[in-house]
Amino acid sequence: MKKQTLLAAALLALGGFSGAALADLTVAIAGPMTGQYASAGDQIRKGAEMAIADINARGGVLGQKLKLEVGDDACDPKQAVSVANTMVNKGIVYMHGHWCSSSTIPASDVYADADILVATVSTNPQVTERGLPNVFRIMGRDDQQGLVAGGYIADNFKDRKVAVVDDKSAYGKGLADEMAKAMSDKGLKPSLRESITAGERDYSSLIAKFKQAGVDVMAFGGYHTEVALILRQAQAAGLQLTVMGGDTMTNAELVTAAGPAADNVLFTFSPDARKNPDAAPVVEKFRAAKVEPEGYVLYAYAAMQLFEQVATAANSTKYADLEKAMRGGNFKTVIGDLAFGPKGDLNVPGFVVYRWQGGQYDYVK
Amino acid sequence: MAYALQQLINGLTLGAMYGLIAIGYTMVYGIIGMINFAHGDIFMVSAFIAVTAFTLLAAADVTSIPLALSFVLIVAIFFTSAYGWAVERTAYRPLRGSTRLAPLISAIGMSIFLQNTVQLTQGARVKPIPPVLEGGLVLWDTPAFAVQISWSQMLIIVTTVTLMVAFTWMITQTPFGRQQRSCEQDRTMAALLGVNVDRTISLTFMLGAALAAVAGVMVTVYYGVVDFFIGFLVGIKAFTAAVLGGIGSLPGAMLGGLLIGLIESFWAAYLWAEYKDVATFGILCLVLMLRPSGLLGRPEVEKV
Repeated sequence: MKKQTLLAAALLALGGFSGAALADLTVAIAGPMTGQYASAGDQIRKGAEMAIADINARGGVLGQKLKLEVGDDACDPKQAVSVANTMVNKGIVYMHGHWCSSSTIPASDVYADADILVATVSTNPQVTERGLPNVFRIMGRDDQQGLVAGGYIADNFKDRKVAVVDDKSAYGKGLADEMAKAMSDKGLKPSLRESITAGERDYSSLIAKFKQAGVDVMAFGGYHTEVALILRQAQAAGLQLTVMGGDTMTNAELVTAAGPAADNVLFTFSPDARKNPDAAPVVEKFRAAKVEPEGYVLYAYAAMQLFEQVATAANSTKYADLEKAMRGGNFKTVIGDLAFGPKGDLNVPGFVVYRWQGGQYDYVK
Repeated sequence: MAYALQQLINGLTLGAMYGLIAIGYTMVYGIIGMINFAHGDIFMVSAFIAVTAFTLLAAADVTSIPLALSFVLIVAIFFTSAYGWAVERTAYRPLRGSTRLAPLISAIGMSIFLQNTVQLTQGARVKPIPPVLEGGLVLWDTPAFAVQISWSQMLIIVTTVTLMVAFTWMITQTPFGRQQRSCEQDRTMAALLGVNVDRTISLTFMLGAALAAVAGVMVTVYYGVVDFFIGFLVGIKAFTAAVLGGIGSLPGAMLGGLLIGLIESFWAAYLWAEYKDVATFGILCLVLMLRPSGLLGRPEVEKV
């Protein structure tokens, strides 16, 4: 009996080794694969899987095939740190993640200690403001995003009453604060400043408060799930609410959940990568695979392309070489050309205002 | 004044929903002395069953709202009770008689299991249904503020009151209620006197699940959106309601639910909405300091 167990263990160990030998380079994604925001995790996974299949079909990176590890932090900061430790143990050389700012901030410290390169889409300024050399952001920052969103509100809704609402998360509060600041700077003071608890279902009390104060524009820092519920309940209570949100509103789930009320949602996001002519073949490929390359799908794809090009430019997969190549280069990806400043932020992080209309989002005219 | 009345209506609706779920926690605690942490997820499962049933009805072109609602209620109650029974049978009964912590951990595991199963089989995306009950009554139309109660809010409050009356009658007047109370007092003695303890406990779980099913249908009708995560926060709030009212006490669960609903909506209405949960749990702490067994709970007598 004991012999058999030993034998099994030995076989397992052998299997493990041969597995490791086949997968030469391990790269990882991490984000909310489960939990409330799992649909975003799903986008990241689909984008990364497609990119890795394409890269491996081209012969891999420096002759080595890529293998993808998927970490699930459920947008929980504690779980994010444990995911980070697991990934370090798995010997990854590159991380695209995490997604929620509140996960990325603690997890990136772990990657910094282990010398692992990180490319994230988290938008909270603190992600790159802490001086970690390994953290790069392939998306804009909330202070830039808030400036555009808040400015738009101040310019277009001058004579309306605006409430600024956040969901108390690192991302949501950061964005809402920046929007409020940008509005005030342009001379439009928010009439209400409120916070909600993410994951809650009932916003009738908040909506009654809006009606009492005569508010019909909401600047929102948070995720699309809450916006959908607020819109639906506002409509039931007879309040036509216009919402201005951030990059998380790209999720088409907003439309399924909010119904026609979603047409009242404006948001800021980087210029639509799907409109980028260079991205057309990849976009076609996603659509052929029945994946709409919305939101973070192309970002995840681009993050993997970025690694391919950085490693090729560095001609090495050692951390120091990769970091140097990352800072020096200009990389062509499906989301456009990427070049990084000293903090690890993008040099040209454009934000544009979009509007949902009949289930599609497009630039505001 | 009109504003306060509107917030009262909002709070009562929310509270009624918490109360319905809290009864499930309280009944199970009363009879086997454990917190069924999977109860919130049973509620979530029922909401999914309701969405499926509504979708089926829409496919079959049923337009009569009372007919549709009763069909969905029956389907949801039936399947959710089956879930309640299965959870008790697989996760708790094998652990009966072991330490108090074992079923608690098993409950947490069950909760995660149900959540992930639904996520994997139904997808992580939210499932919406088109509005079922639209419109409502304008109760009081002041120039500044119109007080509204929607049909679905009315439905929730009326259903909850009806179920409360029915359950109180069942527990105090029927043979099953008597068996339940006897199991609550002393399981061994009840068994010696010919009460089928296992069956009573199973039925209690099924009844709790049935109430959660009603709440699930109501939530689906009222908010129109469900996802696999809705059980978590609602479960915690309902559990708090049960503790606030005195865990083990049926009217206590209802009272606790209503109180939490009202505190939440009035606190958010007049003070800072971001401290709403702090207020709720602060009041819970205060109540527990002054009355450790909750508002309507009886102090536990150590059995010798």
